[in-house]
Amino acid sequence: MENILSWIIWIPVLGMIAIAFIPREKHDLIKKVAAGATGIQLLVAIALWSTFDATNGSFQFMERAEWIPSLGISYILGIDGLSLPMVALNALIAFIGVFVSWNIDRAVKGYFALFLLLDTGVMGVFLSLDFFLFYVFWEVMLLPMYFLIGMWGGPQREYAAIKFFLYTLFGSVLMLIALLALYFACGQTFDMQLMMERAPFALDGVVWWGMSAIKVIWVLLFIGFAIKVPVFPFHTWLPLAHVEAPTAISVVLAGILLKLGVYGMLRINYTMLPDAVWWFSGALAFLGMINVIWGAMCALAQKDLKKMVAYSSINHMGYLLLGMAAVIAGGSVNGSNLMAAQAGMNGAVFQMFNHGTISAMLFILVGVIYEQAHHRDIEGFGGLASQMPIYTAIVALAFFAGLGLPGLSGFVSEAMCFIGAFPVYRNIVIISTIGILLNAAYFLWAFQRMFFGKLNEKYTKLVDINNRELFTVIPLLIITIFLGVYPRPFLDMIKETMNVIIDQVVVVGGIAGIF
Amino acid sequence: MNNLLSISLFWPELVLTATILIAILIDIFSVSNQANRVTNFVIIGLLATLAAVFLTNHSPTTLFMDSLAFDPFASFIKSVVLIATLLVVVISRYTNEFEGYHTGEYYALICIMVFGMFLMASAIDLITVYLSIEVVSLMSFILAGYLKNNPRSNEASLKYVIYGAFSSGIMLYGLSIIFGLTGTTKFFAIRDAISTLDSSSNLALTLSTIFVLAGFGYKISAVPFHFWTPDVYEGSPTPITAYLSVAPKAAGFALMIRFFNQVFVNGDSLGSLGWYADVSFAWPQILGVVSVITMTMGNLVAIQQDSVKRMLAYSSIAHAGYMLMAFPTISSEGVFAIMIYLVMYLFMNLGAFFVLIYVSQKQGGENFEHFSGLGWRMPIVGIVMTVFMFSLTGLPPTVGFIGKFYLFVAIINAGPSFYWIAFFGAINTVVSLYYYMRVVKTMYLDGEPSEEIVVPPFSMTLMFLVLAIPSVFFGIYWTPILNWVKDSLLFFVQI
Repeated sequence: MENILSWIIWIPVLGMIAIAFIPREKHDLIKKVAAGATGIQLLVAIALWSTFDATNGSFQFMERAEWIPSLGISYILGIDGLSLPMVALNALIAFIGVFVSWNIDRAVKGYFALFLLLDTGVMGVFLSLDFFLFYVFWEVMLLPMYFLIGMWGGPQREYAAIKFFLYTLFGSVLMLIALLALYFACGQTFDMQLMMERAPFALDGVVWWGMSAIKVIWVLLFIGFAIKVPVFPFHTWLPLAHVEAPTAISVVLAGILLKLGVYGMLRINYTMLPDAVWWFSGALAFLGMINVIWGAMCALAQKDLKKMVAYSSINHMGYLLLGMAAVIAGGSVNGSNLMAAQAGMNGAVFQMFNHGTISAMLFILVGVIYEQAHHRDIEGFGGLASQMPIYTAIVALAFFAGLGLPGLSGFVSEAMCFIGAFPVYRNIVIISTIGILLNAAYFLWAFQRMFFGKLNEKYTKLVDINNRELFTVIPLLIITIFLGVYPRPFLDMIKETMNVIIDQVVVVGGIAGIF
Repeated sequence: MNNLLSISLFWPELVLTATILIAILIDIFSVSNQANRVTNFVIIGLLATLAAVFLTNHSPTTLFMDSLAFDPFASFIKSVVLIATLLVVVISRYTNEFEGYHTGEYYALICIMVFGMFLMASAIDLITVYLSIEVVSLMSFILAGYLKNNPRSNEASLKYVIYGAFSSGIMLYGLSIIFGLTGTTKFFAIRDAISTLDSSSNLALTLSTIFVLAGFGYKISAVPFHFWTPDVYEGSPTPITAYLSVAPKAAGFALMIRFFNQVFVNGDSLGSLGWYADVSFAWPQILGVVSVITMTMGNLVAIQQDSVKRMLAYSSIAHAGYMLMAFPTISSEGVFAIMIYLVMYLFMNLGAFFVLIYVSQKQGGENFEHFSGLGWRMPIVGIVMTVFMFSLTGLPPTVGFIGKFYLFVAIINAGPSFYWIAFFGAINTVVSLYYYMRVVKTMYLDGEPSEEIVVPPFSMTLMFLVLAIPSVFFGIYWTPILNWVKDSLLFFVQI
């Protein structure tokens, strides 16, 4: 199929244009068009997954067109083992997101138009190989996200929306400066493949204000991406945004948007500034540890179920940072332990995917109970197990997946992150394991308070999870169980690309190595 | 070029002069108050002037015994000014602010102001510099106070006169010191004379430049010469506010670019030039500080405003600060970036003001509360205003982002000693998001979906689209503007 990547990016925009021409009272038609657009996108993504050549670690399905030649800006798309799982995840979550939003009845037309625009923005970030294009897509996401939280959110939605916007924009403008510095260092090109080749050497020995330029650019980019992840101490927007956002947007936020930050670090920081990875990986592991412990402790303290799940995201992102930091295990200083580096990096990407499916599931389930009970106070429930048996079973599975029970996908990726990081960051890993304990504690405790004990009289009218809701959860559940038992198909897809990135950090970073 | 030959390259100004005179005559001899007739004529006259600007082609030269330059840069600024003027003249016709006023001479006054800005764009002689600034200022004073029954408008005019007189006096003093040091009023002769000065005249030179900067700073409303801006912008009729925020600013930047590049820079053309080594004064740093303070002040005060008009006034101060960011680099990239920004700024800022004109007409006020829920009741207004607000913030894919992008390109390209300016520019962008988004928030988040939909009249919708569509289109594909600016980046230079 020609231009498959362009199709996958722009199909939602076509849907959006179609929606613009539908009269605003025809809610059902609007929803169907949105489901159709994301459904086609999902089919294309599946086709992409099945035709992707996993033995090749470089970019595939490349597309290239001139845009603004005088500035070296082009429209370049490509996909590799790092972006493929993210594209698939985004297509899946977007499709499910449409059905999660089926009950939206306020300004339906605007909601789905913005939802599709958000979808396009995210896809664009994952697929662009031109830094300028990447930046444009990165910013394009902000507008729909602002409105989706601000217009369809909870009571504090305005504050949550603007806080999200300000935080992210702060990160992006720092990224813009770093982007331009790299642009001039790499001979005035925004082509990311060229930049990956040139940047590691171009900035050697350049000093700004007594600091190495590489470090300065790394930190600027890192802050930009860390806000999105979010890495402590840039995480304060996240619980707020999650709590205020409507369910579907929480699903997209946790499922996809948080991955963008990690994706950016792996795609840009790791490949363009590989030497600085050596300098920063200690800090990365340390921040990962703080994320793990801090996220878990905050989750433990929450009374609001949705807030607890939001903090669990921060906790889960911590494991992933540990896995990313493990890449330096492959260097000769650390005994050329390539196995550990691979375990860490593959684990990190696998964790991205797993967190995407698991947290999406958790947020959907929170939405299910909220829609009926109109509150999310963990203490306020009790004994729901007898009232909603199917719901209880699914929540149990989702919670187990969240706490990393063996046999479910979260366990595999968390274990890989720990295994990778252990040889290099022994102490940090040992402390972080406390996080696993806390992680289990908050999920199990919340489960116990909500589902066991005596049924609260108020809730005798609650009905069990309905078919539409089941339809949104079951695919995610199947993926979680399948990858928990048999992760190989996934890991095979990303392995080669991860080797390329590890190579870039270990070998190229080693040659250019000023650290 | 001598006076007689100069006439052949003076067509745009001649057409404009004819337009002014005939407009006044039509106004006098109209039996009833037929302002529309004047408007129509003025629009035709301005279009003819625009055509003359594009048709008058010649290699860069000087006119009228070296007092005006004729070069693509001047033509570029003239075109920008003319486009802004045309839009403002058209919108003036549809606003209800002038009801009960005689508007015939209003259009003639605007055209005289255009004439002054034409001179500003091409002045290369201290006398023409002063005269052109005065022509523009005097017309602005009258236009700001045009609503003579409205005390705020009178206040605006008076404040404007006082600040204007004060700053032009200071500037004149600076110009006279320069004349005293060098014995000439011609830019290039001054440049040559300065290079022979010894260090004993550094103090005088520095002082005179600061004084001249006061005059320029007043025109582009840079801190600390900005105090007139909020009150004048608030009190003036809104079309005039929109006009003041775009056209004189463009002309002021043109004058400033020419003055600093041709008088204080040691070299024969732009690009890879240092500032005069003899002037042992950190000009780039000073201008950088002025730029950072200007945008920070504009942004921080804009946050606190309750009136959208006043907010836009402060935001226009902030935008002057952004444009000044690229100025200290004194490179052709810097000038290029400012020129691009001027074009981009024209679309988004006029757009925001035009929406304001319509909303205050419809809602009876210019405060945030008058925008409440507007996005639901007037979908077209809501969408175009959102585009303009995003663009003013500088988010892709809008022209505001492209403009800012080029400013950052110029600064980053100029080397690490300028990076701090870029850093403040970036942070200020985030600050500005807060108050621009407040408009969007008020329009959408503070209201409920409404059943009753208000569609602006066709003429208004057309005006909105004329500005909103380029605001997005040139944000995605800006090569046409790039080419135009690139072709215009050519100055007359006397070796």
